Amino acid sequence: MSQFDPTPTVWHKVWRLGDDVDTDALAPGAYMQHGIEVIGQHCLEHLLPAFAQEVRPGDVILAGRNFGIGSSREQAAAVLVHLGVAAVIAPSYGGLFFRNAFNLGLVLLTCSQLDALKDEEQVCLVEPDLSLRTKSGVQLPCEPVPEFLLQMARAGGLLASLKQRRLHCHCVPGSGPGFQHPQSSGGAAMDPGSSPG
Amino acid sequence: MAEASSLAQKIIARAAGLASVRVGEIVTCQVDLAMFHDSSGPRRLKPMLEELGSQIWDKSKVVLVMDHYVPERDDAARKIVRLARDWAAEQKLPHVYDSQGICHVVVAQHGHVRPGMLCVGGDSHSPTGGAFGAYMFGIGSTEMLGVVVTGEIWLRVPQTIAMHWSGTLASGVCAKDMMLCMIQRFGMNGANYQALEFTGSAVRALSMPERMTLCNMGAEMGAQSALVAPDGVTRQWLDQTGAVQDLAALDWTALQSDPGSFDAQHDFDASTLSPQLAAPHSPAHGVAIADHAATRIDIAYIGACTGAKLDDLRFAAQVLKGRKVAAGVQLLVAPASLRDKAQAEMEGTLQVLTDAGATVLPSACGACAGYGDSFAGGKTVISSTARNFKGRMGPPDTQVFLGSAYTVAASALRGYITDPRTVMP
Repeated sequence: MSQFDPTPTVWHKVWRLGDDVDTDALAPGAYMQHGIEVIGQHCLEHLLPAFAQEVRPGDVILAGRNFGIGSSREQAAAVLVHLGVAAVIAPSYGGLFFRNAFNLGLVLLTCSQLDALKDEEQVCLVEPDLSLRTKSGVQLPCEPVPEFLLQMARAGGLLASLKQRRLHCHCVPGSGPGFQHPQSSGGAAMDPGSSPG
Repeated sequence: MAEASSLAQKIIARAAGLASVRVGEIVTCQVDLAMFHDSSGPRRLKPMLEELGSQIWDKSKVVLVMDHYVPERDDAARKIVRLARDWAAEQKLPHVYDSQGICHVVVAQHGHVRPGMLCVGGDSHSPTGGAFGAYMFGIGSTEMLGVVVTGEIWLRVPQTIAMHWSGTLASGVCAKDMMLCMIQRFGMNGANYQALEFTGSAVRALSMPERMTLCNMGAEMGAQSALVAPDGVTRQWLDQTGAVQDLAALDWTALQSDPGSFDAQHDFDASTLSPQLAAPHSPAHGVAIADHAATRIDIAYIGACTGAKLDDLRFAAQVLKGRKVAAGVQLLVAPASLRDKAQAEMEGTLQVLTDAGATVLPSACGACAGYGDSFAGGKTVISSTARNFKGRMGPPDTQVFLGSAYTVAASALRGYITDPRTVMP
């Protein structure tokens, strides 16, 4: 299940990463033949050696641009869910990783002003727009996430959504995706992986 | 009058059952082809399908390729591949290619990807299929489960960004150089998950395998898909595969972008392009070959869906014909598919490479995927593959440079990173 808790009073410890953190750093190829527990022991081992041992459920990652670029391996997102990461916040994402994350119940927030958080050790995620708040009172907006993606992530991801759908109707095959989404998002939908400028 | 639509928009609209689609709109598309491999496929899909109690929506639209863990190097790999084989048999999947080569090349060579189709692949290099004028993109295993169960997928209609290449490529310069040039200019995520369309005389002049190289590395630019509009070259290739019965039924003239439908266009002159090189540890880390003339290499690797198709093998043979690789250099060649390998054998290309000292490796993902067959630490490698992320093809201290098959062969010949134009006969 998702560790995501948008209650404004919950403070999340911050782990910082730079630009261009790729899928192979999150889920190294040499361990891809193993299950998520083993991959979890090696997550980010060359970039942030303490991370795999010391990350705790509810922590968040504040990363630079292009987080999750590279492979389609969804273990790159699954490993963060497995380790209890509540959310990733970055100015932009690899598009494939973006889809994978929500499919696995991991919320990604897109915020282009992360420099304002460079000295913060904790942040909280404020509803309803999922902006970021710091203890010093700074509040930063994040780009809106399409509602159907948020709902899916909060339900635990696509598999959980498909299961719910099976329980509620008997028409799964060929009758639409496992969740409801608007036919058109208009201009408000987030562009997976986008970054202004 | 209807708004101008790009090829990508036309394919998406047709798959979504709509007359037209607008950029930014989120739509649900019917999937024409779902391709996955031994790593992303059965071992992840089988347990989820069982958990759901669901069946595959349409087996005729599913292709399974065993390429990541074959040939099996240890018990863990054997278990993964056996699971895939058993599941394929149990499901009676009609399209299974076991140890025939790398998925993106194999699906193309067997005629599964055709102009106008909307396809998904359980692998990030799935934009390769766009070379055929299809809209093909990579997805993860859980999303593939959604496709396999429902036959549908959502997508946000992308912008179409034209990469227009005028002029003619010089000898010793190829599609890989075009792509490294574009990635260096726009960055690893520069395409921002939009659609790329490659246009212009230099693109039209490319063979299908070379077009596949262009589209393949759309992934490295962060594009969702990368397309070349179908033309006579596409048609001839599809004719030759013999796997496509309904070519005449395709409306080829409709499968083109309307004038004015591109959201942006970037122009390049192929005539002035020189061989490109990406230094460790990013495909976007473009450097001048001349600045690395003193960089000694240990391994020259011609492999992967990106860089070991028939054309790549021929490029390398052009450089190495009648010559030997430098002492101390290991030249490794892993042809992208058995079909490419057989053709290279028949025409003598492979013999040129082995005479030069090449070791021929199995036609599989091999060292590129880094799923076990990776290089030893401390080595300096020049590779025709797509990605040189730190730790991907070997330990973090393995230095991987990326170049074309011409550049890899020239570097193997001299033992140092070399501009192929300086050694071409």
